[in-house]
Amino acid sequence: MGANRLLEGAPILSLRDVRIGYGDTVVQQQLSFDVQRGSVFAIMGGSGAGKSTVLNTMIGLAPPQAGTVTFAGENYWALPVDERAHIGRRFGVLFQTGALWSSLTVGQNVALPMQMFTNLDRRTMRRFVELKLALVGLEDAADLLPAQLSGGMAKRAGLARALALDPEILFLDEPSAGLDPVAARRLDDLILDLRDALGATIVVVSHDLLSLFAIADDGVFLDAGTRSAIARGSAAQLRDQSEDPQVQAFMRRENPGSAGLHPSPYLEDKLWQASGSRR
Amino acid sequence: MPAWEFRSANGAGMIALSGDWLTRSRVHAPELARRCRDPTLRRLGFDTSQLGRWDTMLVAFLWDIKRAAAAGGMVFDDSGLPPSARELVSLLPAAPRQPRTPVQHRLRPLSWTLTQAVNLLVDVGSSAVLVVGTAAGSARLLLGRARFRGADLLADLLNAGPRAVAIVGTVNFLVGAILAFIGAAELRQYAAQAYVPNLVGVASVRELASVVTAIVMAGRTGGAYAARIAAMRSNDEIAALQVLGIPVSEFLILPAVVSLCLAMPILYLLGCFIAMVGGLAVSILSLGFTAFQYLRETVDAVPLSDFVFGAIKSIAFAALIGAVSCQIGLKAARSARAAGDAATGAVVANILGIIALDALFAVMMDASGR
Repeated sequence: MGANRLLEGAPILSLRDVRIGYGDTVVQQQLSFDVQRGSVFAIMGGSGAGKSTVLNTMIGLAPPQAGTVTFAGENYWALPVDERAHIGRRFGVLFQTGALWSSLTVGQNVALPMQMFTNLDRRTMRRFVELKLALVGLEDAADLLPAQLSGGMAKRAGLARALALDPEILFLDEPSAGLDPVAARRLDDLILDLRDALGATIVVVSHDLLSLFAIADDGVFLDAGTRSAIARGSAAQLRDQSEDPQVQAFMRRENPGSAGLHPSPYLEDKLWQASGSRR
Repeated sequence: MPAWEFRSANGAGMIALSGDWLTRSRVHAPELARRCRDPTLRRLGFDTSQLGRWDTMLVAFLWDIKRAAAAGGMVFDDSGLPPSARELVSLLPAAPRQPRTPVQHRLRPLSWTLTQAVNLLVDVGSSAVLVVGTAAGSARLLLGRARFRGADLLADLLNAGPRAVAIVGTVNFLVGAILAFIGAAELRQYAAQAYVPNLVGVASVRELASVVTAIVMAGRTGGAYAARIAAMRSNDEIAALQVLGIPVSEFLILPAVVSLCLAMPILYLLGCFIAMVGGLAVSILSLGFTAFQYLRETVDAVPLSDFVFGAIKSIAFAALIGAVSCQIGLKAARSARAAGDAATGAVVANILGIIALDALFAVMMDASGR
């Protein structure tokens, strides 16, 4: 973490006046924010606020209609396709459904990016695949096909694949959606552990408040009505300091007894450890 | 039986409900709605002491009354209702239903035509990009540096090759037999049954074996490719490839196209021979040919160059099926239904394309003086 402190001034990813939309439909506009290295940055907002679309623009799937996206000093969308693809390999993306390649086994899913973009020999690659799968607690699932996995396992396998090329920045799209509360908290812990262990930056799209309070230390709140970012800060800051009624409604709603909720992962961690063995 | 009774006194209406208000029973209440519109009423209440079981039927009825009361400026007094019914009705808006303004679809021929033209150009453009990408991938394949998995190519090849033999063989056998039957019936009038082998041989080698095989493969393999890629798209698998910069044209489409291009000429040759076997069977059984006679006639009638031409044609058909199917799969919307639509669309487009391409080949063949 010491190195991250030094770099605090230079954000790894920043958006300036970005407008995103399809044709005449504006999804988000005037979007500007910075993601600091080593932080967990949350893109918050209700359903239909355009969170996933903003994510798609950051990971190179949907060009912005206006504005700039800068990654590590490079104006991402102004680069030619080839160079963009090179930058894309420094990303790790966990899609909402896991998006595992369904014709490959879990192990092959994790191995494919390595096969494509590294010169590792077979044995090393097998060891690396084993390692990535063990990191997410799936070392026994390498030979299963994605269709044989449960929702939580598919997410974790997707995370292992996202880690395949040692990304500098991890994008997680609704990591806890579709998981039961225990599995969701477990994934949150895993995400934090990985950030601490790998020193990666994490951008997470979520509307799961527990998860947001647990993991995010900065963020932006997107509003569907005004089609813009109406608040900035961590989930706890937004809850305690924002005066915007939209933000307050979102932050206070599905939040059982916010006074009792500790905005740190460790409470969840303890609960989880109490509830059973770790991984 | 559900029933209601309306009483009013001193500007307050009381609706007494009785019986079982269930979906399977019918209640007609237009008269009640009319009576609720009485301008002297200020309040509407309910007496449900005689009410039996109830479900959505009752709630729908109460909602009508709630809206009528709101429209007439009356107080809707729900205190007499069963608690859960009160809860449900309180969730429903009191405002009368807004007549929805239908979306205006005015026909603007010019803008429609322009939009369609632009869309077509975009389609052509994206197809061209895909074709170029696939071609570049093929070039890299020849150099041994293509980026796809050998296992994928093998799986596709197995699927497009050995597993298709049975259907391709059956169809071509029947086509050959049918040709022989029709040929025998027609040629008999001119005492020219001896030309049945020529007819079967030339027709299948030049045209039918390649076209029939291509159409079978368009339905069998083209549809499967389109559905597979559409499903991958709806599951974000394509997006996962794109983020990494793994070219979709090379990784997914190239194995599909290459496996078809390798399998189709072989299937075509097989189709030719099986069609001849079909013709042979009919000729032996109904025309009294011997197998030797039939084969000698065929060898005399069909020049070797026709086989080469047919094989080239079937490679072109294979490339068409692979590229078109994958392209349609990539453009599919993201839903389960879209995968089915993509398969249908791919088969239709492939069959049209095969026939059109075949016509083009026929013209070329004619122009080259054959």
